[in-house]
Amino acid sequence: MIRLWPFRGGVHLDTQKAVSSVLPLADADLPSRLVFPLLQRGGENAQPVVSVGERVLKGQVIARGADSPVPPIHASSSGLIESIRPLPLPHPSGLCDWCIVIETDGRDEAVEMTGTADYRTLSPRSLRGLINEAGIVGLGGAGFPTAVKLDPPRSVDTLILNGAECEPYITCDDSLLRHFPQEVLEGARILMHILGVPRCLLGIEDNMPEAIAALRSARQRDGRSAIEVVPVPSIYPTGGEKQLIQLLTGREVPAHGIPADAGVVCHNVGTAAAAFRAVVRGEPLISRIVTVTGRGVRQPRNLSVRIGTPIADLVRQCGGYSERAERLVLGGPMMGFSLASDDLPIVKGANCILVAAAGELPSRGQTLPCIRCGACADICPVNLLPQQLYWYSRARNLERAGEHQLLDCIECGCCDTVCPSHIPLAQTFRAAKSQVIANGRERERAHHARARFEARLARKDEQRREQAEAAKRKREALSKPNGGEIARAIERARARKQAASPSQVSGSAHGSPGTVIQEPDETHGTCPVQRPEPAEH
Amino acid sequence: MRFSRSFPPYVAPSTSVSGVMRGVLVAMIPGLAAQLWQFGPGVLVQLSIALVVAVAAEAAVLSMRRRAIVPVLRDNSAALSAALLAVSLPPLLPWWLTVFGTLFAIVVGKQLYGGLGYNPFNPAMVGYAVLLISFPKSMNHWLPPADVAAYSLSWGDTISAIFDRSLPNGLTFDALAMATPLDTVKTRLALHESLDDIQAAGSFSRLAGKGWDWVNLGYLIGGLWLLRRRLISWQIPTAFLGTLFVSAMLFFLIDPARYPTPLFQLLTGATMVGAFFIATDPVSAATTPTGRLIYGGLIGFLIFVIRSFGGYPDGVAFAVLLMNLAAPALDYWTRPRVYGHSR
Repeated sequence: MIRLWPFRGGVHLDTQKAVSSVLPLADADLPSRLVFPLLQRGGENAQPVVSVGERVLKGQVIARGADSPVPPIHASSSGLIESIRPLPLPHPSGLCDWCIVIETDGRDEAVEMTGTADYRTLSPRSLRGLINEAGIVGLGGAGFPTAVKLDPPRSVDTLILNGAECEPYITCDDSLLRHFPQEVLEGARILMHILGVPRCLLGIEDNMPEAIAALRSARQRDGRSAIEVVPVPSIYPTGGEKQLIQLLTGREVPAHGIPADAGVVCHNVGTAAAAFRAVVRGEPLISRIVTVTGRGVRQPRNLSVRIGTPIADLVRQCGGYSERAERLVLGGPMMGFSLASDDLPIVKGANCILVAAAGELPSRGQTLPCIRCGACADICPVNLLPQQLYWYSRARNLERAGEHQLLDCIECGCCDTVCPSHIPLAQTFRAAKSQVIANGRERERAHHARARFEARLARKDEQRREQAEAAKRKREALSKPNGGEIARAIERARARKQAASPSQVSGSAHGSPGTVIQEPDETHGTCPVQRPEPAEH
Repeated sequence: MRFSRSFPPYVAPSTSVSGVMRGVLVAMIPGLAAQLWQFGPGVLVQLSIALVVAVAAEAAVLSMRRRAIVPVLRDNSAALSAALLAVSLPPLLPWWLTVFGTLFAIVVGKQLYGGLGYNPFNPAMVGYAVLLISFPKSMNHWLPPADVAAYSLSWGDTISAIFDRSLPNGLTFDALAMATPLDTVKTRLALHESLDDIQAAGSFSRLAGKGWDWVNLGYLIGGLWLLRRRLISWQIPTAFLGTLFVSAMLFFLIDPARYPTPLFQLLTGATMVGAFFIATDPVSAATTPTGRLIYGGLIGFLIFVIRSFGGYPDGVAFAVLLMNLAAPALDYWTRPRVYGHSR
């Protein structure tokens, strides 16, 4: 038994896991259309490597990042590239952006996929390359490129696999662990090999007994294993990365740090299974398990879904909407976001389609003023004072909000569920955080601009000073009666010229391309000086 | 198909402000019942006056501020302030003083600062303090407890006494009134009497003052129920009663002839209603865990100081108001360590 280090706070939620666990896992039907948004996690767009009208096969790369760490996107079935155009994204903003649309041909023909039976023959570096080339990103929702996380900047000693599906309703990881425990464990071994860590802790909520049993029996079949299956209490947000790390190791990820700073790398169990398929079978990430649930859909269940499948197709396969369907949420009810329409594709990080019936996810009542009861602070998993953060955020006193560590809010939404005043706290903090980040960028830009402006002023000053000095030298030189350097030089030049061509008279230009111009001179009235004319005059 | 959108999370809270306030009101019942039993029906008359005035005043100010009236009245906070003020008043206080105190509490103490959530001071204690400073004589006219009362006033007697200042034949207010145990101790200690002599009087019980011990036990029961229901934080009452007990014990051990027992301090005056119902008002109290400990602790200490060395027999209202002033600073300096940060 491994010791647990409970994190503070958290809430017990009505898990509603049974809703989607009645029907068994099934394969989603092949849709007639697959949509692949090009927008990647960092905000950059991947570049299409196929053109409209081209035929693509299942598993073929259709878009790549401009920079190598962005994993490529693969076609999840065979068909023709119908178009590359802006379409609505499954994103909280609801904005449109460039997508590749594939018209499937029903043949589902795949490119040749070759795996490596024994991953131990490959170096960590080439394994990371394989994983990145397979398009694998974190399947827990954040969608961070997995290969990058497998190359931590400092040495780590523990791999944590996150099977703690703490959001209500979602059962896709549970379903994966029940049906494919071997793939997850094998994937974990590959990840451990890449990271060179001696142990792996697989955290799984204790309300998933079938999954725990499946994992344990799969683990026993292998004999001794460095992978420990650890049941953890089902408290939201146990599955939060920082919370799970604290729970399993007692370590805290330092502020502004990454898990590697605590000697840990954390991956979703689905990511481990995807790594197994990529390495051993040569299969890129073209499908994932998605929970379609809620009382707004007639037959809730888990489906193995091709990436790019429109949500509407999945709901249709699950019996369609019930009459009382009211709200469509991508993700869970705590950290997911509502969608305006079901004409949106499943992306790699999409774990759940929640269709809530009227009254199932009731909207909060009227918001009243905060009474500072502190219920939010009692349950905050990162020990913030939401009541103070709310006060300062509302007053737009972002400096004070920053002092209260606004940026450490993990936006789990626990505070919203206990607030007697029904204040949308998490949303207030999300908005305030983006304001703080935007202000920071603005400040940086302003700082940069000021530095440039000041450098320019300094340069100008220097120039002006040099010019003034030169003028002063000249003036001094000329002011000495007949003794100035310049006057002497002019005398010398005149004498030389006269010596060379006696016919030439000062002030005229015989047979010369130059013209005589008069330059004012403060000390000597006018002094004619010959000046060459620009060639192209 | 189109769907409505809103911000996550989509899990609605199960608590509400009106539920919290209602819970606190319900928890007052044992203490209120003890007051009714020991000091007659005056407390319920005062409660009725205060409730009517508080609701009317809140509605009037809200309509002047052009705010929605019904949702605010439904939060029960005005009713709670009125109730806390009413149970602190002498049972036969003239009606217009109750009206004045309640008006001051709701209009000045609460609404002029912006209403619920924005008042820096506990509104009920603002009303109480104004009455105590402005009308000290009326505010010290308490009744004897049921045990020692020579005459028990009926409902009719009580109502006419409060509204009409008329008493049944042969009775005067001065004859009827009796100082509270805290008042008696303070006055007679000043005359250099010993505590043993003072407490030998019939109005003192073995624990504290007769009647007052029951009232305090009633509010203690209600307060424990509040803690169980998690409607108030444990830090404030614990620290409040803890420091009051410790400081009282310290001085009692030094000079038992001049300082009453710690138990007397805990079971007289407004100790229990103050610890569980007044100091715990979340709006005006400190809000961090450590801040609440300091806040409650200093209130308990200040009460002891005011009772023992100050000019007033009891000190709950002033101690709470003084610490209300300190709450923002306490909150700022007692921020807890956030995950991932060093101290």
